[in-house]
This record gives sequence, structure tokens and C-alpha cells, in this order.
Amino acid sequence: MTVPSQELIGTVTAESGIEGTAALDETAVPSRGRIIFRRFIVQKSALFGLVLLVVLVLLAYVGPIIGKWDYSQPDYNSFLVTPNSSHWFGTDGTGTDLFAATMRGAQKSIIIGLLVAVLATSMAAIVGATAGYFGRWIDTVLMWIVNLLLVIPSFLIIAILSPRYHNNLTLFVVLLGMFIWQITARIVRGQTLSLREREYVLAAKYMGVSGPRIIARHILPNLASLLIIDATVNVSVAVLTETGLSFFGFGVQPPDVSLGTLIEAAQTSATTQPWLFLFPAGFLVLLLLAVNLIGQGLRDAFDPSAGVAV
Amino acid sequence: MGKYLVRRLVNYVVLVFIATSMAYLLAATSLNPRSHFLGRNPPVPVTTQDDILNRYNLNDKTPVFERYGTWIDNIAHGNLGRDYDGGYVGANLSRRMWVSGQLLLIGTILGGLVGVAAGAWAAVRHKKATDVALTQGAFFILSCPVFVIAILLQVGATRLNNAVGSRLISFSGQFDPAKPGGFFSNIGDRLDHLILPTITLMLAGASYLMLYQRSAMLDVLGSDYVRTARAKGLRRRTALIKHALRTALIPSVTLFTYAFATIFVGATFTETIFGWHGMGEWFVQTIQGSDTNAVAAITAVVGVLILFASFLQDVVVAMLDPRVRVG
Repeated sequence: MTVPSQELIGTVTAESGIEGTAALDETAVPSRGRIIFRRFIVQKSALFGLVLLVVLVLLAYVGPIIGKWDYSQPDYNSFLVTPNSSHWFGTDGTGTDLFAATMRGAQKSIIIGLLVAVLATSMAAIVGATAGYFGRWIDTVLMWIVNLLLVIPSFLIIAILSPRYHNNLTLFVVLLGMFIWQITARIVRGQTLSLREREYVLAAKYMGVSGPRIIARHILPNLASLLIIDATVNVSVAVLTETGLSFFGFGVQPPDVSLGTLIEAAQTSATTQPWLFLFPAGFLVLLLLAVNLIGQGLRDAFDPSAGVAV
Repeated sequence: MGKYLVRRLVNYVVLVFIATSMAYLLAATSLNPRSHFLGRNPPVPVTTQDDILNRYNLNDKTPVFERYGTWIDNIAHGNLGRDYDGGYVGANLSRRMWVSGQLLLIGTILGGLVGVAAGAWAAVRHKKATDVALTQGAFFILSCPVFVIAILLQVGATRLNNAVGSRLISFSGQFDPAKPGGFFSNIGDRLDHLILPTITLMLAGASYLMLYQRSAMLDVLGSDYVRTARAKGLRRRTALIKHALRTALIPSVTLFTYAFATIFVGATFTETIFGWHGMGEWFVQTIQGSDTNAVAAITAVVGVLILFASFLQDVVVAMLDPRVRVG
């Protein structure tokens, strides 16, 4: 792999931190963000994931503009046609253009995945850091709630509530987010417990900086790598859960479409009309693969030594 | 130590109780069992509807906390309540847990074995072709939702059956009801029906476990005690298996214990797609059918099983990890 170049970047920053930039007069000291970005981009698989994700997102949002059909307006002249120049992904039994439907479903999955990930990671960061920093009864209460939510089978509860959020996207996103932040919150709490004893945190504390401000300025920035990786992983968890719930009719519901509802509808005819299954399923798998590759790449970029035998 | 365990256990019981109560209240207020009477021809008189719903403690006209009280009272007497159609939740539950157990037993064990073996092998062959192929394969499978894998396998099996010209692989239900004979004479048929769901479960479980096992093994391979084992003259194979793998097994065994203890929870997608009438399928059906008491019972059972699994996990870690065992 690219160990030599990573080593080089690593040493450069380590030295420049102490001795200043004198030794490296011709090159500016790269910021931490740039270093991470470079370490990320030199990994072939991570780069592939990033490019794949960009292509998929572009396809999902630009595709419907170029496409000739709308997902809600069936073409009554062509039922169950195979992919052709007019219907790029073919049509289903009601004449719905599968390209338009797949792109619509993909938009849903992407939006839901991103929103849920941001929501869940923010929740985890705030709750975990608050519990860890303030300790005492705040810690006890918050961690008890975290443990309770871990016992409740989330998939079940979201499904039970499905009659209530009938296609209310906001509520659905909040519910999904509510159930995937707990484990990260516990990790953030553990890290905060050690961070709060550091000199710079104590210094800020004795200078009279308030608790919430210390968490925002000193604790959370130090957990940035963990949180960024967690958010990426959560995108894939959220997309999986959303499509899974929609597959059973507990998530996005007709007349709207999701990749999950499309795959469910194609389930029985997957053998005879394979295009009905292959296009939505293929899009979903590629989307998850792209997000997972990016997550893996970020992990290696933030912590190059992890998972490598020394 | 004993006091600590008891306190932990009490805390768990309280958690399960609250979780189940929440599930009951949520289900009782958002599901609508009365919908079963809608659109019946001839229409069912409202008084009859109320009578039937009252009998099963499902009437939405009764205040929800009164229904909850009745439900708790029944549970305390070992009665899990009735389905909307009069069936007994307890009887259905035990039958379906057994079906789920049968379905998941082989798949879970195979998934564990394959995952650990593949992970350990990949780590030993670090950065060689085997490692790259196994890791990328596992990564790809992890990016495939279970329902996509299951449907793809069905398509593949249908193609195979058509190519051969006879039904080589059956994938709908637990067994072929048209075949005469008892359990033992049809064991081949039952195994045949197990092939695809087992592969589905195995792939999902193994790919997950493999990545864990690989990174745990990589951490251990560079450690001093493995080098010492080699230095004192052990063969590479012995050093790897007896010293490296044994320690690197701990995280995987923890995960595997969890999966194994929850086999009675069922597998929602696999059961639904392959037509196995286990817990996972039942859960989907009860929510779609607004069957409040069954939904609450499933949540309770799942909660208890998950806690049991976590407890078992702690025990297994204590047994495996010398630091925990001695300390």
C-alpha cells in the first residue's frame, strides 16, 4: 500500500509541530484536514467509493430530469417491457417507468440516510459528552436511558409505530435516528471521561469557561475522527434499515416509492422479469458499497496503524 | 461479586419490564384490531365487534391503561393473551420459536465457523491474494442487504432447477406437505428446504464475523507472545493456532455467542422470503394484522432473549479471557 508516503506526511507534521516550518521552507505545512484527505485519497478503494457515490447521487438527482418519464405517470402503452431506448430500465406491470421509479427511490434512500446519520451522530455526541463531562446524576440518568433504548428492539418499535408516520418523512427520520445513536454515545462518554482530565480542559474550566462551551470547543473537536467515521457508518445503517422497513411496508409507503418497496414488488417476479429486481437492487447494493468503502477509507486515513500487523 | 450480579440482574429485569410496557402501550395505541371488521359483508354489528374485542382485551373503547392493567394481570398469571382471531399467543409463540430455532441453528453455526476460519486465514495471508479476495468478498456481501441475497439465491435456484429439469432445490416453506410419511422419512426433504435459507444466513453471519476475526488476528500476530512461541521452537502452525488464534477468538466468540443465543428471535427477512413460519415472519404479520397482544409478547420475548444473550456473553468472555478469569 502507500505506507511510505503516509509515514512521510506523519513525520512532517510531528516535527513541524515542535520545530516550526524552517526545515520545510519550500512546502507549506499541510493542515490536519489536508493530511487526512491525502491519506484518504491515495487508497484506491476509498477513491473508488467516493467516485461511485458521486456518480450515484448525480444519477439519482439529474437522471429524472434527463429521463422521459415520471415515476407517478405510467405509460399505458407499455406494460412489463424489457429495457429499451425509451424506458431505460423497462417498465413494471402498471406501466410505470422503472428508471424514474428507481431514481425516485434512490433519492429517498440517500436523503433519509444522510439526515438520519447526521441526527444520530449529533445525538450520540451531545448525550455522550454531556454524560461523560458532567458525571454524577446526569451521567446516571442519561446512561440509563441509553441502556433502555438498547434493550428495546428498535426495528420492532419503528414497525409498530409505522401506522402513525404514514409517509411523514420528518417523523420517520427522527424515529430511525432515535434508535441508532446509543452505542456511539457510550463510546463518546468513555472518551470524554479521559479527555476531561487533560490539562487544556482543566485550564479552560478554571478560567471560568462554561460546561457546554468546553464540550463544544475542546471535547467534541478531539473526537472528530470518531464522529466522522460514525456518521459515515450510520448512513449505511440508516439506508439498510429504511429499505428493510419499506420492504415490509413499514417505511416509505405507496404511492411514494423507495428502493425497498421496489425490491419487494419485484420479489415474486425476479425470475421471470429480472430487470424489475436487478435495477433497484443493483442501485441499492452499489450505494451501500460506496458508503462502506468511504467509511473504511476514512478509518484508515484517521488511524493508519489500525488493523495492520506491526 | 454475587451482590454485583444480583444488582445487575435486577436492573436488567426492570429494563425489560419498562421496554415491554412501552411496546404494549405503543402497540395498543397505534394498531387498530377493529380494522378486521371493516368491509365485512354482511357488516358486523358494533356490539358484536365490541363483544369479541372485549373478550380478547383488544377493544379500543376501553381506556388504554385499563387494557394494560388486564394484560399485566394476565402475564403475571402466565397468560400471554389472545390473538385477534382467538388463538392463544403463548401457544403460537412456543411453536414459532421452535421453527426459528430449527431454521437458524445450522446457519448460525456454519456462519460462525466459516467466518472465523476465513478471518484467521486472511490475517495469516495478510496483503496476499487470498486476503484481498476474502476481505473484498466479505465487504461486498456486507453491502448486500439480506433480502437482496435471498432473492438472488432464489433466482439462481430456479435457473438451476430449470437447467436440470427437476426440482433439485426447494425454497418455499419448511417441507413439502404433499409428501407422505412422518418426520424421519422426510428428513431429506426438510434438509432440501433448508439449503437456501441456511446459505443466506451463513453468508450474512460469516462476512460480518470474518472482518472482525481478521482484524483481531492481525492485532495478535505481531504480539510478543506469538514471537516467543515461535522462538522457543514451536512450529508456525502450532504457534498460530494455539497461541495467536486462541486469544484472537475472544471478540468473535463474544459475537457468536450473541448470535447463537438469539436464534429463537428469528430472522425476519429470511423467514418471510423463504416462507418459514417462525418468529420473524410472525412479527411482520402481527403488525400488519394489528395484533396488539402478540406484538407485545414478541417484544417481551425478544427483550428477554437479548438480555440472556448479553449475560451469556459476559460469562463466555470471563471463561476465555485469562485477564478477566483471574482478575
